[in-house]
Amino acid sequence: MARIGPGDRVYRLIVELTRKPIDRDRILRAIESDAAGAIAAFVGTVRDHHSGRSVRELAYEAYESMALRLMTAIADEMTRKWPLSGVALVHRLGNVPIGEASVLVAVSSAHRAHAFEACRHGIERIKADVPIWKRESYVDGTSTWVGTEPAAASLRPSAAPKATAR
Amino acid sequence: MRVLFFASVKDAIGADQLNLELPEGTSIAEMRDRLKGRFGRAAPHIDGSRVAVNAAFAEDPSVLKDGDEVAVIPPVSGG
Repeated sequence: MARIGPGDRVYRLIVELTRKPIDRDRILRAIESDAAGAIAAFVGTVRDHHSGRSVRELAYEAYESMALRLMTAIADEMTRKWPLSGVALVHRLGNVPIGEASVLVAVSSAHRAHAFEACRHGIERIKADVPIWKRESYVDGTSTWVGTEPAAASLRPSAAPKATAR
Repeated sequence: MRVLFFASVKDAIGADQLNLELPEGTSIAEMRDRLKGRFGRAAPHIDGSRVAVNAAFAEDPSVLKDGDEVAVIPPVSGG
């Protein structure tokens, strides 16, 4: 869990994809350090609405090997830009019930300014580049891959596609 | 070479992966054209996607090699 990042800076690193509920306490405890006076955390949770439609459930899929590689690179980048003691980037995959956490970004640092900035950077980078996709299923029976063009959004009744192992 | 499809592209093509026979020196741009030729319905999705080679984003002029793992990456929505 200790990683030597850019500039030989050692930091605690947690990068995970999980199909289980995100254990916030475990993760925050894991990035605590005597040198860090601040821990900043962002938790993304599943909303019950999107663009005026009621969400019934949603599911995440990922290109897992690339997602883990990119998340690790993002953590290294965060330690290059800010002096951090620990970084945790955790994303949940599969079905996530309304109200539960889908993503956790947490950092520990000596000072809160760096912790807040690095935490923000982490979630923005995950949202921009990490190959993870959210499929929303609505109460009216339709479903869509979020972020696709309106014309390309699936309007078939939601049915989970069968995927081969990779 | 193995080509992986995800999310909206996967739905449009109807498969989450294919083995493509491509000539030596095929570029990503040429691979896109091949896919669009074979799966016309998926053309807008392919145009709107990025491509990754061996788990790293790659640009259209990049040349593919035998054994590369290629992935077609539609707009991401994690986080």
